Amino acid sequence: MDVNKNSYTFSFAAIMVVVVAAILSFAATSLKPMQDNNIRLEKMQNILSSINVEVSRDEAEGIYTDYVKKEMVISNSKEVSGIAAFDVELSKEVVKDPMERNAPLYVAEKEGSTYYIIPLRGKGLWGPIWGYISLESNISTVYGATFDHKAETPGLGAEIKTPAFTDLFPGKEILESDRSFTGIKVMKGNATGEHQVNGISGGTITSVGVEDMITDCMKSYIPYLKANNVAVNLSEIENLVANLEH
Amino acid sequence: MAEVKEVKKEREPLFGKKNRLLITDPLNDSNPITVQVLGICSALAITVKLYPALVMSISVLFVLGAGNVVISLMRNLIPNRIRIIVQLVVVASLVILVDQVLKAFVYDVSKELSVFVGLIITNCIIMGRFEAFALGNTPWKSFLDGVGNAFGYAWILLAVAFFRELLGSGQLFGYQIIPESWYLSEGGFYSNNGMMLLPPMALITVGIIIWVQRAKNTKLIEEN
Repeated sequence: MDVNKNSYTFSFAAIMVVVVAAILSFAATSLKPMQDNNIRLEKMQNILSSINVEVSRDEAEGIYTDYVKKEMVISNSKEVSGIAAFDVELSKEVVKDPMERNAPLYVAEKEGSTYYIIPLRGKGLWGPIWGYISLESNISTVYGATFDHKAETPGLGAEIKTPAFTDLFPGKEILESDRSFTGIKVMKGNATGEHQVNGISGGTITSVGVEDMITDCMKSYIPYLKANNVAVNLSEIENLVANLEH
Repeated sequence: MAEVKEVKKEREPLFGKKNRLLITDPLNDSNPITVQVLGICSALAITVKLYPALVMSISVLFVLGAGNVVISLMRNLIPNRIRIIVQLVVVASLVILVDQVLKAFVYDVSKELSVFVGLIITNCIIMGRFEAFALGNTPWKSFLDGVGNAFGYAWILLAVAFFRELLGSGQLFGYQIIPESWYLSEGGFYSNNGMMLLPPMALITVGIIIWVQRAKNTKLIEEN
């Protein structure tokens, strides 16, 4: 058989393409359910990790329902029904105006306290970065944070997912004392006060990406949280009562 | 029957001297990185830490071993004019297959690897071995050649990553090696060399490895 004939070359190429396509699409479709399940469990793991509950991927599903009591979607400062918060694709929402987004919010209960978990998504240096940040019931103090990335440089920008960086966030405040929104600034060293953290040296663009991501994503939630924050309303009432008693 | 006998005569033992050489040669005398200067781009890009370097090495081991066998099995069928495209298709589909399987079964490893998938496809060592060896040799020999070259690639990668992670981050496989108390911030005298994290130092580290290798192995030194 002459393998250098034109007709042979064409038929070889055609058969090869069909065979390879068949193998790959078979592999992709048969492995898809397992891959999707991994991604779902990882999301639960990340959400739990933002309220400082570390679980392995296998146990994530059971523990998730123990902690996360409510999932909702907020649009235009109102809760919207009919959309499952867990299935919202953040990458499609962040391109919209903050108030127009269908923003998912997770409400978790841990040791009797309520935490608001806010998913984040933004841009790093090489690709998207994302994460979850949890707020205490006063909707200002950060309780925990977790970040991840698609393709940041190992050793530099990729360090945002390490505890060395995420541990800087708990205890920081996203609201000023007059309750206006400031977010958290990522500084080039010398971070002071409750609105600043130190960035990663050599990973400036990724660090700035984290700061922008927090500021941008929070905007969709702050008005809603302020309006519906039961804990704060309660404490305000307590203050009023205390003042009245004086 | 006569045909079978002839083939048997030519056949060497599975790990005969020539076959063993296929594995050992790429470790030193014809190392793909330090002697043939192939696959340099990935040696620079992913040697900041040991763990990704190890994952990359294992993936290359699989793709190169399996790819060499596939190409060798098809070597008499591949039309000469489209052989490069055929090689590319084989590498690309193997890499996608590996990625899909990892995503389904060992998700954490796949997250490490996903960044480097493109790099494996463009790794010149793989196409180089397909073209130079697998197209003209039997599947078993091609397999040994693939594994040997992958090991040759792996040890350079791990050696570079060892120095870059140790000197750049003070860690090995993510575990702190340099005592915390040595650091300037803790009142000590030591500071990590941030330059080691950047690609230029990978090139210099590879250069030093080449220098040491040629000092020890004088037959690698060019005449002029």
